Amino acid sequence: MNEQEQQLLLEIADDELILGWRDSEWTGIAPLLEEDVAFSSIAQNEIGHARALYELVARERGITADELAFDRTPDEYRCAQIVELRLLDWEKTIARHYLYEEADEKRLARLKGSENAEIAGLAAKVDREEVYHRMHAQMWHDRLQEEPRYIAALAELRPLLEQRGEHTSELPELWEEMTMVRRSQPAGTKW
Amino acid sequence: MIYEVFRQERKGQPFQHAGSVEAADDRFADVYAREQYGRRGESTALWIVPRSAVMEIHEFVDELNRNYHRVDGYPLKEKLKEARERTGTAAAAGDR
Repeated sequence: MNEQEQQLLLEIADDELILGWRDSEWTGIAPLLEEDVAFSSIAQNEIGHARALYELVARERGITADELAFDRTPDEYRCAQIVELRLLDWEKTIARHYLYEEADEKRLARLKGSENAEIAGLAAKVDREEVYHRMHAQMWHDRLQEEPRYIAALAELRPLLEQRGEHTSELPELWEEMTMVRRSQPAGTKW
Repeated sequence: MIYEVFRQERKGQPFQHAGSVEAADDRFADVYAREQYGRRGESTALWIVPRSAVMEIHEFVDELNRNYHRVDGYPLKEKLKEARERTGTAAAAGDR
């Protein structure tokens, strides 16, 4: 696996980890109980995808997936700004979900065509779960698409899909919380 | 709206009631039911039915007391015993 491929996988893994983390903030407080179950499950899937992608890259580098996920500094993460934001409005969360899934589908389609069989295989596996995410995103999108607040949220968030490299101030805050338990013990601790 | 969900564990088996989901419309019911009853390989198929479409019956009137229609309504053992006593073959039946 060349460096470019590793960077691309890390980019996707970071997106999935951070988005999964943000989406999981709705657990217990989603607008409906059924939605709580569905959206929490989506959040968990995203983190699962991140784990699988980190594992591929970690093996190449002779380290562990945990080290990649939690031992880098915030500015070393490659995620897009759209996944970093703590969105406390449901319509914004759904707008991000819809925009992300739409972009992720295209990205996965390219990855499925990779010459590296392992990368292509993982992309196909991930995509099978993403089918559910897209169904979920599309159903909410269709329901909210006439709502001015939702339309505004789409317009506000869309440009952030492509914003990579520079991070928002919300990523370091998320990182503090996300890595708190891991940092509470000396490096190399066996959990 | 409440939807009742029935699931079939394996092809050919009867559908059994799995539970219910609350959803805004059929599409939401589809996604929520898949999520809760179909995603972990536990079902081969689901039936998702608006609760309002389910006809319910709770009372079964039997005014003429025709209990012989019921499986527990015709105790053959007792009737046989009575018949044997009437014809005096109880002992012979007991010998066999």
